[in-house]
Amino acid sequence: MEYKLTWQEYNKALKKDRLMGLRCEDCGKFTCPPMMVCAECVSTNLKVVQMSGRGKVVSFTTSYIAGEGRENELPYTIVLVELEEGPWIMGNLVGVDPKRVSMDVMGRSVELGYRVYPGDKFSSGDMARPAFSLRD
Amino acid sequence: MRRVAVIGTGHSKFCFNSPKTSLEMLAEVALDAINEANITPRDVQAINVGNVLGPFEEGQGMIQSFFANDIGCFNVPASRFEGACASGSMAVRDAVLLVASGYYDIMLVGGTEKCTAMSTGLATRTFSMYGDSRYEFPSGFTFPAVFALLAHLYAKKYEIPLAALKEQMAAVSVQSHEYAMKNPNAQIHKLISKEDVLNSFMVSTPIQLQDACPFSDGAAALIIASEETARRLVKKPVFFAGVGQASSGKLSSQYKYLPQLHAREVACQQSYRMAGLTPKDMDLCELHDCFSIAAMIAAEGLGFFEPGQSGWAWEKGETRLGGKIPINISGGLKAKGHPIGATGVSQVYEVTLQLRGDMVEQGRQVEGAKYGIIDTLGGDGVLLSLIMTNQ
Repeated sequence: MEYKLTWQEYNKALKKDRLMGLRCEDCGKFTCPPMMVCAECVSTNLKVVQMSGRGKVVSFTTSYIAGEGRENELPYTIVLVELEEGPWIMGNLVGVDPKRVSMDVMGRSVELGYRVYPGDKFSSGDMARPAFSLRD
Repeated sequence: MRRVAVIGTGHSKFCFNSPKTSLEMLAEVALDAINEANITPRDVQAINVGNVLGPFEEGQGMIQSFFANDIGCFNVPASRFEGACASGSMAVRDAVLLVASGYYDIMLVGGTEKCTAMSTGLATRTFSMYGDSRYEFPSGFTFPAVFALLAHLYAKKYEIPLAALKEQMAAVSVQSHEYAMKNPNAQIHKLISKEDVLNSFMVSTPIQLQDACPFSDGAAALIIASEETARRLVKKPVFFAGVGQASSGKLSSQYKYLPQLHAREVACQQSYRMAGLTPKDMDLCELHDCFSIAAMIAAEGLGFFEPGQSGWAWEKGETRLGGKIPINISGGLKAKGHPIGATGVSQVYEVTLQLRGDMVEQGRQVEGAKYGIIDTLGGDGVLLSLIMTNQ
């Protein structure tokens, strides 16, 4: 049995500013990022869909340390975003000064963009990640 | 299934920059455990080893086989367990099940790690390999960041002002440093104050350097045996009453339960059920305090405190000797140290010695302890729970 939505396909779409996920044809719930089965009911009756890319910040942190090779990105803000469709996803918050991000950001509406991490000697090529901007 | 006991223990001093290799550290403590169990290397039927980053630390994979040979356990089956920071506990649990099943009577379980052979940058990079490499690492995922995300969620969900939460987190670190002073194997022998924590380097908001455990080198080893063998060989065997293990997916996929980790509840329910015991029966606990907020979340997941309440418990001293549930009387990962592959084995060592009553000299004996629980978290997804007893 094959994946409905592989990481490579997801990655390629995100680099075109499209966040792809799965809608379960049995229970109607969404799985994003994708998995082999529906995260809710374990069905494999899944349909690839484009997610709205909108959601709200549920948690954040501004990092002042990074792994080898990513020090030039510091400081950066990581967010967990609750997507409109329900699932949470990890990404970055951009367009704001990371040093000024506080708990006030929790609950704020955000919209999807993307950034590409070029990869390092341990990763298999470049990888896009969601880069969210505040909507209000 | 048969009852299974720890009959021999060994533990190195945890430290920065050990002059010994991972294999040497492990071989030394393994022989200590073998001697304590009144056996010889030839009596060991199989070996389980927790080791995580050997290939990055010393360019050494498959350490278990070379280790077995070095200690004279020639040609015995030796397996390496890799579940990030829970690797050692995984190695213990599997050995318990193999002996309980009757397949082996005597096994050696060890864990070893030489994290400080890596630069801080490489260590941070390789540790982050234990998050999801495809969907979460690209965002700059690190483990301080994971627990920082959970700390902000915790503050929001349980309506604790961030400044108050940070004081609670500081209280966790302060307690661990105090007890580490009494543990000769601890990496850090230095008292710290709440102010030291709150003034330390900001790692990933709101987590500061003194909210985090150090990188460490060290090893620990155990001999475990069936009850019949144990009673023949030693006076004070300490038994496994319950074991549990559970897995989970990437952090974001755990959203329905965060900041609690559902896999912890699954794992500890397995071990409580197998033991026929509840959190109230526990006399002490060694839990996975890779960060102070991680300790608070763990104490709640294990059932000692209501969600959102454990910080106050630490501040009131309920987690100290004589308190409601003595937690990390070893100094914890925070001050005892965290050589990741060895950590779970070290936690079992600690609880074993407590249940034998062997901590009196060190001035940190939990009086009359009968039951102890061990909690180990690997990455953001592998949870181990082990309950031990001297009954």
